Amino acid sequence: MITKDISQSVVKKDHVDKVAGQLPYISDVKMEDMLYGVLFRSPIAYGKVLSIQYPTLPEGYHVIGAEHIPGGNFVKILVPDQPIFANEWVNYIGEPIFMLVGKELKVLYQLLDEVEVEFEEHEATYTLDDAIGKMTDVMATHEFGESLQSIEKIEQEAYQIIEEEYETGYQEHVYLEPQGMLGIYQEDKIQVQGSMQCLYYIKNALISALACDDDEVRVIQSPTGGGFGGKEDFPSMMACHVAIAAQVVKKPVMLLFDRSEDLVVTTKRHPSKIKYKTALDKEGNILSMSTEVFLDGGANTGLSPVVLQRALLNSAGVYKIPHYHAKGYVLKTNTVPNGAFRGFGAPQSFAGIESHMGHLARIAGKDPLEYKRRYLVKQGDPTITNGRFRDPVFMEDMIEDLLETMKYRETKEEFTRFNQQSPRYKKGIGTSLFLHGCGFTGSGERDHIKATVKLLKTKEDKVLVKISNSDMGQGIFTTLSKIVAQELNVPYEEILFPYPDTKDVPDSGPTVASRTTMIVGKLLERAARRLKEQWQSGAEQEIVEHYVHEEMIPWDEKTFSGDAYPAYSWGVNMVEVEVDSLTGNVQLGEIHASFDIGKAIDERIVKGQIDGGMAQGLAYGFMEKMTSKQGKIQQRSITDYGPPTSMDIVHIESKLYDNPYAGGPYGAKGVGELTLIGGAPAVQSAIEDALAVSFYQIPITPEVIIESLEKREGEAVDKI
Amino acid sequence: MIKFKLNGSVVETDALSTVRLLDLLREEFDLIGSKEGCGEGECGACSVLVNNLVQNSCLIPIGALEGAEVQTIEGYSQTPQYQVLNECYATSGGVQCGFCTPGMIIATEALLSKNPNPTEEEIREGISGNLCRCTGYNMIVDAIQLAVKKGDGLW
Ligand code: FES
Ligand code: FES
Repeated sequence: MITKDISQSVVKKDHVDKVAGQLPYISDVKMEDMLYGVLFRSPIAYGKVLSIQYPTLPEGYHVIGAEHIPGGNFVKILVPDQPIFANEWVNYIGEPIFMLVGKELKVLYQLLDEVEVEFEEHEATYTLDDAIGKMTDVMATHEFGESLQSIEKIEQEAYQIIEEEYETGYQEHVYLEPQGMLGIYQEDKIQVQGSMQCLYYIKNALISALACDDDEVRVIQSPTGGGFGGKEDFPSMMACHVAIAAQVVKKPVMLLFDRSEDLVVTTKRHPSKIKYKTALDKEGNILSMSTEVFLDGGANTGLSPVVLQRALLNSAGVYKIPHYHAKGYVLKTNTVPNGAFRGFGAPQSFAGIESHMGHLARIAGKDPLEYKRRYLVKQGDPTITNGRFRDPVFMEDMIEDLLETMKYRETKEEFTRFNQQSPRYKKGIGTSLFLHGCGFTGSGERDHIKATVKLLKTKEDKVLVKISNSDMGQGIFTTLSKIVAQELNVPYEEILFPYPDTKDVPDSGPTVASRTTMIVGKLLERAARRLKEQWQSGAEQEIVEHYVHEEMIPWDEKTFSGDAYPAYSWGVNMVEVEVDSLTGNVQLGEIHASFDIGKAIDERIVKGQIDGGMAQGLAYGFMEKMTSKQGKIQQRSITDYGPPTSMDIVHIESKLYDNPYAGGPYGAKGVGELTLIGGAPAVQSAIEDALAVSFYQIPITPEVIIESLEKREGEAVDKI
Repeated sequence: MIKFKLNGSVVETDALSTVRLLDLLREEFDLIGSKEGCGEGECGACSVLVNNLVQNSCLIPIGALEGAEVQTIEGYSQTPQYQVLNECYATSGGVQCGFCTPGMIIATEALLSKNPNPTEEEIREGISGNLCRCTGYNMIVDAIQLAVKKGDGLW
């Protein structure tokens, strides 16, 4: 099919195989002689391993540990602090100490039970609050904006100072396919395949751990049952486990997590605490604001410093705040390491700033949306790092249109009347305004990623897309093929896009940061254009394109100044809720969502991202709750954790605004993460509107609601 | 020895009666369409039809199957109803990562065979035992509504 407008939807390339269930995910793969691995994990949060007593192993069963690692015993995400197998010290419950390998899983689990390890326990840091109290283990910190001295001066003259503390909890990915990785030993070479987002992250981790050459390891992506960031950094560790084991036993070794293991030991969204100090004048106008962000990094650094960067860069939301200062820290705790999750620090920041702005509005006696609009950034405005919003900003139009379609004022009045007559059920409406910086922060694309893409044309005139990005459900097999097809003016079905294998794809970078369509897609667009110019029927041709950086205001990571992102996607969410003030249950009502993502490469795929991302974002605000007690994750099953089912979600009325970005293919900008960001703050603002209560945390579970209503009643009684 | 009907043919197995149906399907019969998302009856990725009712195969010990009729996605995909669902899931965009999809299709069949004209409410209830983390469900609900129209008379 050749579409006239690229946004016109097509049937996804992998649709038929997926519906029939015949696509082999990693857990569907079986090989002759294949062994399984199970990990012995630390049962304590912090301490020293004194001795290990292994049970007698039956024939064909092996212990694989740190002593088998030919290279460095670490996975280096940013710094080499993540041991593959803990050596002497363990830093969190669940940290792998060694692996048992053998034919039967049942036998392996039995053997695992018989292991005896003696530990010397040390005092651990369990919570972010503990870590903030100590401030001893700072994994990363940044500070920028106007000097605190000048802000202090403004504060001294202000009518009032509002200080708030806001908290966000863990969020767990719950990709439906648990993590899995297979290591295969073949003639002195190691091949790893599995569920993953970032092939070259894994390849580089393997080269370091195996101390081998580039051509001695090969990484292949299996069909991947969801990622959401959970298969960005984490799989590198599993890849090292199976590769080392396969090298020792010279057989294929499979490591599959069951759900409870996956829930307890894999990375999660960073819990955060955000402090705001805002100076207001008599009318409630903002004079200055300073923000402090604290992220719980867990036991290893991982990607946390970059997550902190994005959290800080978004800490002022979509607002132009006069006299702004921000500071942030990642703190170490003895808990499971936190990592990448769709939004990457931004969901915490947006939940926080939207909440704070809503509360300031109330203090000023204004409707939250009306108050927020006064501070909305416009085209040409500086960013908080003195970059520029150089492209058109359509937020005002998006809001105006939504006010009309939702009949905002009438609905508010209707809800007010309803609430006056209904003592038990309360209705509310809430809005969130947000953006997402597309691609890597700062000069990441230029200095670290340096993406390369390849198009290969065969003698049969078939065109193959050769890149290292993963389709994990978001649909890049289809969208990127469409871009290439459109340039070549051939039906998109004729573009071949096999699962990537590092043996024959260049490093086009990881599948993260809403960069694939915009950055990799642009490179493919260019490659296809060149291929078309040079097209020779019947000849084999290869076109390679490299990333070219478009310099704007240069980014300086030290001073946190300049353009942090080349482009921004934008969103407005409006959410209605009905709250049962007796049980604290929240029922979603109408939901409207508008987005500017430049240009949709496939409207249906984009709608899928909107619906899926918003379901995750909304649930982050009021449903999904994960907790850790004494370093131990408490939710061991999906139901304990509570992601939404079909009964919790309602129809989402969404609308796209075309605003083509010159640096993206056909004008496309990032989509995937943006869609999650607005859900939680919109739900919070709607619940606050319904109950006329302020909240300072997400998720706002029924318990939180009941507690705050009781507190309000208590206060009312006190006043009498 | 346990004997039951699998995708239309009678099969026998020597496996222990406590073995989970999911494992039997995947290990002994190489039917990989039923997926394991949780192993605890909470996600529906392993859904199969047992005597035309949707069941989580991870919870069924095969001892309970003597004489039963089991249909997996592999068997179901040979039916005209499947063709309609396949098409409607494509048109409505009900598939992303695909890990929940075979189970979702089975749950859809179970719903429509009982209630060929479900309301949106009933659809949401019908698939509520099947978790999908990618789509936010709405496009699956759309797919089922479309199937109700397109599959006129099939269910
Ligand atoms: S695997 Fe059976 S319900 Fe999840
Ligand atoms: S499509 Fe991924 S879980 Fe449903």
